[in-house]
Amino acid sequence: MIEVEGLGKRFVLHNQGGAVIEVMAGAHLRVGRGECVALTGASGAGKSTLMRMIHGNYRATEGRIEVAGVDVAGAEPREIIKLRRERLGHVSQFLRVVPRVPAREVVAEPLLALGVARDQALGRAEALLKRLNIPEALWDLSPTTFSGGEQQRVNIARGFVHDFPVLLLDEPTASLDPGNREVVLSLIEEAKARGAAILGIFHDAEARARVCDREVDVGAFTPARGAA
Amino acid sequence: MNALLQVRKVTKSYGDRVGCADVSFDLWPGEVMGVVGESGSGKSTLLACLSGQMAPDRGAVIYDTRDRGPMDVLAMSEPERRMLMRTDWALVHQTPRDGLRMGVSAGGNVGERLMAVGARHYGDIRARAVDWLGRVEIAADRVDDPPSAFSGGMQQRLQIARNLVTGPRLVFMDEPTGGLDVSVQARLLDLLRGLVREMGLSAVIVTHDLAVVRLLADRLMVMKDGRVVEAGLTDQVLDDPQHGYTQLLVSSVLQV
Repeated sequence: MIEVEGLGKRFVLHNQGGAVIEVMAGAHLRVGRGECVALTGASGAGKSTLMRMIHGNYRATEGRIEVAGVDVAGAEPREIIKLRRERLGHVSQFLRVVPRVPAREVVAEPLLALGVARDQALGRAEALLKRLNIPEALWDLSPTTFSGGEQQRVNIARGFVHDFPVLLLDEPTASLDPGNREVVLSLIEEAKARGAAILGIFHDAEARARVCDREVDVGAFTPARGAA
Repeated sequence: MNALLQVRKVTKSYGDRVGCADVSFDLWPGEVMGVVGESGSGKSTLLACLSGQMAPDRGAVIYDTRDRGPMDVLAMSEPERRMLMRTDWALVHQTPRDGLRMGVSAGGNVGERLMAVGARHYGDIRARAVDWLGRVEIAADRVDDPPSAFSGGMQQRLQIARNLVTGPRLVFMDEPTGGLDVSVQARLLDLLRGLVREMGLSAVIVTHDLAVVRLLADRLMVMKDGRVVEAGLTDQVLDDPQHGYTQLLVSSVLQV
């Protein structure tokens, strides 16, 4: 479901004397249905950069990225928009929402965007918020006022509210208490069982060992500095 | 499926000065496109050319009409273009005063646009006006007040109701949240997002506010000196800008 080959990334900073920073070269990986693969490597090795390129958030300088049949590196914006709406879910580390929108609406939004009936979308959102132990009293409040851990759980609920065939997870268990961590790991296991292909960054080694089938060391794709 | 709007090499000069030059893009049904750039970058000139308020010197604006398919808006007759602007298109001005009739009641402002497309039954018109005022969160007991008695945020919401009551497919917005308090902006952004989703609207939004496009626009075009210097998915352009000017623009935003 995810195929990456010969992927490279270079940043050119035009306002800093045209500095060129090579951050990735020759990256390759595959994630199949029902599989969970972890990206590993030291901080700064490019785990997030690779995830962002697969999500279409960063442009690939070279190489090929295919997600659920879409050529992400070469696609038109509207193809990526459609891919993200229907097939490619993403749980980032930070929640970015319109202020003042209630948590249950934030979580239901991916379903509403797919045209799911409002009652049904909100019902599913509420079930997930409940499962992730967000108190019912908070559902009508904007998550911008929530604690870090609560915001993260809202973000996770939003990522799992639709059964995306492909999921990108950036540190889904960071800053969660043991109970909620357990809920998130079960959500990941259920997604795998229904055939989702998952690529994630997990600093939590125990969580990684439990849900991930393989690891890909991103350090192997870091170009030799100064060689460029 | 056709693109809803096909813009081809739209160019407008003011004497020697370039307004906008060679702007081309396709807008698809349901898409929201943001246009950003600093004052004088040509974004307002472009919007005026696209929305039929100004004739460009060159180029084509092809709109996929409901009954006759794609047609060049610039080649339409004046009555045809006016009809299109009253039914299928909407234009939300930065200053609500430019888009409202200040001496007419709020309900009248909304009802007027319905009458322009042939509605005649007073009860129906009033009921639809009240329904729309409710959707933009204006209480029913304010329906007979003139917009001059409204706050800036309410006036802007009224302008949106007036524009959307006829069920347009394409909305042009010029700095829709400009001049409003941030708390009012947030409410307006949420309202616009909901309407875009529920009505399947396409929109072109001109703004200098990068936070607004991040939350509202699927795609982004960056303009400088009348030209498009970069275009793409909104989050990609903002998070991984390729052009020097976009990099400068993104890195100049104050973080709060």
